[in-house]
Amino acid sequence: MMLNTLLPILLFAALALAVVGAFKRFAMWRRGKPAEVDWFGGLLAIPRRYMVDLHHVVARDKYIANTHVATAGGFVLAAVLAILVHGFGLHSAVLGYVLLAATALMFVGALFVAKRRFDPPARLSKGPWMRLPKSLLMFSASLFIATLPVAGILPAGFGGWLLAAILLVAITWGVSELFFGMTWGGPMKHAFAGALHLAWHRRAERFGGGRSTGLKALNLDDPQAPLGVEKPTDFTWNQLLGFDACVQCGKCEAACPAFAAGQPLNPKKLIQDMVVGLVGGSDAKFAGSPYPGKNIGEHSGGPHLPIVALDGKALVDAETLWSCTTCRACVEECPMMIEHVDAIVDMRRHLTLEKGATPNKGAEVLDNLIATDNPGGFAPGGRLNWAADLDLPVLADKRQCDVLFWVGDGAFDMRNQRTLRALVKVLKAAAVDFAVLGLEERDSGDVARRLGDEATFQQLAKRNIATLAQYTFKTIVTADPHSFHVLKNEYGALGGHYRVLHHSTYIEQLINAGDLNLGQHQNAAVTYHDPCYLGRYNGEYEAPRNVLNAIGIEVREMQRSGFRSRCCGGGGGAPITDIPGKQRIPDMRMVDIKETSAEIVAVGCPQCTLMLEGVVEPRPQVKDIAELVAEVLIEAAPKPSVKRQPAETSA
Amino acid sequence: MLHNTAQASPALNVVALVSVGAHPSSGRARRAEQDARAVELGLRLAGEQLEVLHAGDPQQPALRSYLGMGLQQLHVIEQPAQADVISALHDYLQDSDAQLILTGSQAETGEGSGMLPFLLAEQLGWPMVVGLTEVEHIGNGIAQVLQALPRGQRRRLKVRLPFIASLDNAAPAARQSAFGPARRGELLSHAAEANPDALLSESPLQPARPRPKRLKIITAKTGAERMKAATAKASGGGGQIIKGDSPEAGAEAIFKLLVDEGVLR
Ligand code: SF4
Ligand code: SF4
Repeated sequence: MMLNTLLPILLFAALALAVVGAFKRFAMWRRGKPAEVDWFGGLLAIPRRYMVDLHHVVARDKYIANTHVATAGGFVLAAVLAILVHGFGLHSAVLGYVLLAATALMFVGALFVAKRRFDPPARLSKGPWMRLPKSLLMFSASLFIATLPVAGILPAGFGGWLLAAILLVAITWGVSELFFGMTWGGPMKHAFAGALHLAWHRRAERFGGGRSTGLKALNLDDPQAPLGVEKPTDFTWNQLLGFDACVQCGKCEAACPAFAAGQPLNPKKLIQDMVVGLVGGSDAKFAGSPYPGKNIGEHSGGPHLPIVALDGKALVDAETLWSCTTCRACVEECPMMIEHVDAIVDMRRHLTLEKGATPNKGAEVLDNLIATDNPGGFAPGGRLNWAADLDLPVLADKRQCDVLFWVGDGAFDMRNQRTLRALVKVLKAAAVDFAVLGLEERDSGDVARRLGDEATFQQLAKRNIATLAQYTFKTIVTADPHSFHVLKNEYGALGGHYRVLHHSTYIEQLINAGDLNLGQHQNAAVTYHDPCYLGRYNGEYEAPRNVLNAIGIEVREMQRSGFRSRCCGGGGGAPITDIPGKQRIPDMRMVDIKETSAEIVAVGCPQCTLMLEGVVEPRPQVKDIAELVAEVLIEAAPKPSVKRQPAETSA
Repeated sequence: MLHNTAQASPALNVVALVSVGAHPSSGRARRAEQDARAVELGLRLAGEQLEVLHAGDPQQPALRSYLGMGLQQLHVIEQPAQADVISALHDYLQDSDAQLILTGSQAETGEGSGMLPFLLAEQLGWPMVVGLTEVEHIGNGIAQVLQALPRGQRRRLKVRLPFIASLDNAAPAARQSAFGPARRGELLSHAAEANPDALLSESPLQPARPRPKRLKIITAKTGAERMKAATAKASGGGGQIIKGDSPEAGAEAIFKLLVDEGVLR
C-alpha cells in the first residue's frame, strides 16, 4: 500500500534533514567564544531542568503551561511512536492505540495553541508563529488518521489513494515543521535549542532553585585582547545557543519597564537580533513589536560584523543597549531562562572600554569614579560629613566589630543621608556593635560595572577588598541593595567573600531577637516597592514586609510586586545614560503606587528613593524602611508595655 | 559620537602639548581638562596624524588617559619633575615639521602660570592665539579660526601657519577616554637635556588662593533687567578706542589706565 511504503521514507528523510540541520546549527553556535560546560551531565539533566526549573517559570501562566504539556508531551510521544510504528513498521495494535492517544493529546493541546493565536496579545510574535498551530493540528490529525488502520479501527487501505494522498501532504507539512523545522530555524527551533540551552546553560547554578545574578568578571589580563562583545561571535558559544532558544513569547517584553516607557528597547527583539547576528541577515522577518520608535527592516548584521555602529546603522543601535535598567524583569519572566542582562552588559563593555562611547553623563560619572571614588565627583574627604555629629565608630580605630555598616554613596546625597541617619539611630538603639569604614570606603563599583566599565569596577572592588581585609567583622549591613548585591555576589570572583545583609533583613533579625523596642504606626496606608537588586537579584521579598508588619503596617500590595515588581528606573546607570522615551519609568511606577491609594510608599534603596521622590507632587510620601522603623523607635523606654504615639521624626 | 565639525586635512601637521592634570576635588592625577580639549581639536583636525607631546615623566600613568582618546602613541620628552621644559620642547618642536601647536591655557599642576605657550611662541618666533575654539578653514598656509571672547562671543581671525594656540573651556569637550586603547597605546620616550627651573628652585611654592571677584552691583528691579545685566556686555562707559594715534600716545593712554585701575603704582 502506498502509505506503508512512503511514510517510512518521509519520516526518515525528515529525520535525516533534521540531523543535518542540527549539525549546521551547532556549528553556528560554536563560532562563539569557548566556554566550559558539563557536556554529558548537562544532557542528562535536561529532563529535570525542563520539568522542574523551566516548568516553574512557565507554570506562572497556567493556560500555556497546560497547553504546552499536552502539545509537547503528545508530540514527543507521537514522534517516537510514529518512527517505530510507521518508520520501522511495527504494526502492533497496542502501539497503535498509544500513538492514537498521543496524537489526540497533541491535537487537543494544539487547539489551545490555536485559540491563543486567535486574538494574540501584542507581546506574541506573529509571522511563522501563526502557522505553528496549523502545523501542529495538521501533524497530529493526519498521523491520527494514518494510525487508525494500525490500531485495527479502520480497515487497511480505507479511503483509497485519495485519502492516502491527502494524508501524505499533511504529514509532509507536519514533519517539515516539526522535524527538520526544529533545526533549520522554524518556530520549533525552540525545542531543539531550548533543550540544549538547558543542558549547557552558562549559569547552571540557576537550576534546582539556585540563584545566579552576579555579572561575570571580564578577564582584563591580556592587554591585546579586545574587551567586551563587538560582534556576535564575541559572545560565548553557549550564550549564542541561549539566544537561539527564544520562543518569542514576549513575556520579557511585557515586563520590561524601558519598553513600556517607550524607550528604544524590547528585550525580545534584542534576543531575536542576536539570532539575526548569529545567522546573518536583516531583521525584516521579525514579526513582533519593534523597538519603540525604530522601524523594522532597517538593521542587519552577521556573525563577524560589529553589532553596534556608532555612526550609521548596524544590527542594534547603541541607545537600545543604554536604555536597559538591568532590572532583570525579563530574565525573571523568561521561560527559556535566557540571560538578557548579561548580553546587554557584554555589549556595553565593548562600547565603554573600547569605543569610549558611554552616552550623556556616562563619561563624567566614570571619570569621577576614577578620580574621587564616588559618581558625583565630590571631594572624597567629605564622605563622612553626613555623620559629623553622630560620633560613629570608625573601623580604622576599632579594628574589629560585629557589624560593618556599609554606607554607600548615599552619604553624599542629602535625601539619603536622612535614611542613613535613621539607620544609625536604629543600630544604636539596639546596641549593635557596629562601625563604618569612613573615608576608607569607596563606591562599590556597581554603576561603573553596569555602564560597562569593568576596569573601573575591578579597580574599586580590589581596593575595597584590600581595605576590608585589614579588619575583623562578622557581617556587612547596608541600606543600598546595589552595594549589597555587588559585595555579596560580585566581589567573590575577585577574592572578597563576605556575609552581607540588607538593612531590612538585619532589622528583622534585631526585631526577632527582641533587641528593638518599637511602637506601632497607626492606620498608615503603606505600600512597599521591591527594589530590583534586593528582590529579583537576591530573593529578599519577605524581610522588608515582616519589618513593616512588626511596626503595625499592613502592606497594601501593588499589582506588580515581589518578583514581578516594576523597576523605579534608577538601575544600571539608566538615569546617567538617560535615553529619552515617551514617559519616565518612575512616573509609571508611581501610578502603580497610587493605585493602592497608599499615603506612604516604603522603599529600601537609595536609588528608588531618589527616583520616586523625583516624581512631581502630589504623590505619596517616599520613606525608607529604616526611617519608618526609626519613627516608632522607643528609645530607652523603661517599660516596653507603655505604648506611645509615633511622634518622633527620623533625623 | 560624531566629530565632523572641521574637515580633517591630512596634510596638516598638528601637535598637541599635554600635561598631567589634577582632579579639582580629589587632587588625583588625571588628564588635564584643557589639554584634553587640545587633543580633541587636534584629532578633529588631523585624525590619526595628530602628534601628542608631553614633557615630563614617561611612567606617569595619567598620560594613558590621553591615549584612551584613541591615540596610537604619545611622545614624551623625558624631563625631571622640577625642570623648565620650555627649551626641551623648543628643541623638539623646532626640528619637527609642526604647523599648528595646540595646548591648554593653563596647567592644573606645577606652576600653572599659563606662560608656556607664550614663551614657546616667543622662542619659536611664531604667532600665538589665545582662547581658540574652532579651526574653520585652512588653506594657502593661512588658518581661519574662531577665538573665544567673554560671554559666548567669538572673534574670527586669520593666522598664518605655523602658529601656537591655547584652548580654554570654550573649546569642544574632550571625548571619553576608553580603557582598551589607553592600555594598548604606546608611550614613546625621548631623551633630552634637563634645564633646571631657576625661578622654581629659588622661590617657595604656596597654595594659590582664589582671586577675589569684583563685586557687581545690580540695581535691576525687574526680571528682564536682571537678565540684561547678567547677559549684557560689560559696558564700562570709560572705555576709549585709540585709533590712528602715534604708538607713544597709545602707550601713554594704556599706562594711564593701568595707574587709574591701581595695577601700577
Ligand atoms: S527572550 Fe525569553 S521571555 Fe523573551 S520572548 Fe524569548 S523566550 Fe520569551
Ligand atoms: S533588564 Fe529590565 S530594562 Fe533591561 S531589558 Fe530586561 S526588563 Fe528591560
